[in-house]
Amino acid sequence: MNTLDFSVILERWPELLQGTIATLGLALAGMALAMVIGVLGVAIRRSGNRLGAAIVVGFVEIIRNTPFLVQIFFIFFALPLAGVRLNPTTTSIIALGLNGGAYAIEIIRGGVESIPRGQTEAGMALGLHQGEIFRIIILRPALRAIYPSLCSQFILLTLTTSICTSISAFELTQVAQRIDGDTFRSFEVYFTVTAIYLVLSWMIMGLLAFIGSRAFSYPTR
Amino acid sequence: MPHLGINEITFLAQGLKWTLFLTAIGFCGGIVFGLLVALGRVAQNRALRMAAAGWIAVFQGTPLLMQLFVVFFGLPLLGVNVSAWLAVAIALTAHASAFLGEIWRGAIQAIPKGQSEASHALGLHYRSRMFDIILPQALKISLPATVGFLVQLLKGTSLAAIVGFIELTRAGQIVSNQTYQPLFVFGLVGVLYFMMCWPLSYWGRRMETRLSQDPR
Repeated sequence: MNTLDFSVILERWPELLQGTIATLGLALAGMALAMVIGVLGVAIRRSGNRLGAAIVVGFVEIIRNTPFLVQIFFIFFALPLAGVRLNPTTTSIIALGLNGGAYAIEIIRGGVESIPRGQTEAGMALGLHQGEIFRIIILRPALRAIYPSLCSQFILLTLTTSICTSISAFELTQVAQRIDGDTFRSFEVYFTVTAIYLVLSWMIMGLLAFIGSRAFSYPTR
Repeated sequence: MPHLGINEITFLAQGLKWTLFLTAIGFCGGIVFGLLVALGRVAQNRALRMAAAGWIAVFQGTPLLMQLFVVFFGLPLLGVNVSAWLAVAIALTAHASAFLGEIWRGAIQAIPKGQSEASHALGLHYRSRMFDIILPQALKISLPATVGFLVQLLKGTSLAAIVGFIELTRAGQIVSNQTYQPLFVFGLVGVLYFMMCWPLSYWGRRMETRLSQDPR
């Protein structure tokens, strides 16, 4: 029989809903961590500490030139050896944050470099501290300038959460694999879940646009 | 001291070969179909534009892993019985066509309108206008982004491992399970990916700098 039967999948909507919420949680936590790593990384690169800057550059190059799947496996096996025992969900958030953070560093750095030097000098002339200059005069306008690129990177991060199923973290793809295993309705399951991901990424796009309009709506000129 | 036998190394090399093969197929297929998507996206015909936009939105808004699963299980339902590697290759091609299509759409629209108006004035047909005037210029400015996507695609082939296809990452998983040296094996696999991706990334970045200095 080759007829499609979506009823068995739709019957398990509570699980799908839980998986969707878990995916959303992973994505948002990963974005928050990525943002922190991104800003910290750029701050270290600009601090003038050569060793720190070299470590940041190396980190960015390694993360950007290896697959997320290999990274998450590596972290999954490395953490217990370092004496850290974490559940798969926390491990996934760390992996997502590190991965997204490396891309965020590159994007934010581009924005920071586009801020004219005169702006820093003006801040110094006004008697602001180094930290204040970076936070208010450089970072904020830089983030505003690169916010669209950051958003598309964060959408990619949302889609990347599906790979966390490989270390059996609870999220939407894992739910899909479980339903597939119970019902053998592979195509129907994955088709449905793909549609859920599409809606989810549109929702996150909307959310990020909302945050952007709130956080960066001050006048520039 | 971690070590691998000759069997394990050969097995990883086999996986590496498949990773390169899948990347090459996905990229070549992506170039052909991506060009069609890009041309559809800037076409006069509204329906064609909408269809190309929809294609791009679906592939950019869903995880590559799900695309692999849907194609993998969907093709047999259509009565097409293909082997695992062909299903993965088809999914990667479709994925690449959407991303490359969007990159080239941007590049085509970045070419000043005067170029296309001038070719109209010269009485050139669509074919000549696109392939002799617009596309050569567009492809030049899109090269850094195209190379950047090639790196994405190479890394993306690792997801074929989750579908069960034995490429580099899956080979690494199997060797890791056999030798109980996950850190060493995944570290090695990571180094192999890095050695393939980093030169491409470096090349792309150099082209980007050169293009931004090029006054044209």
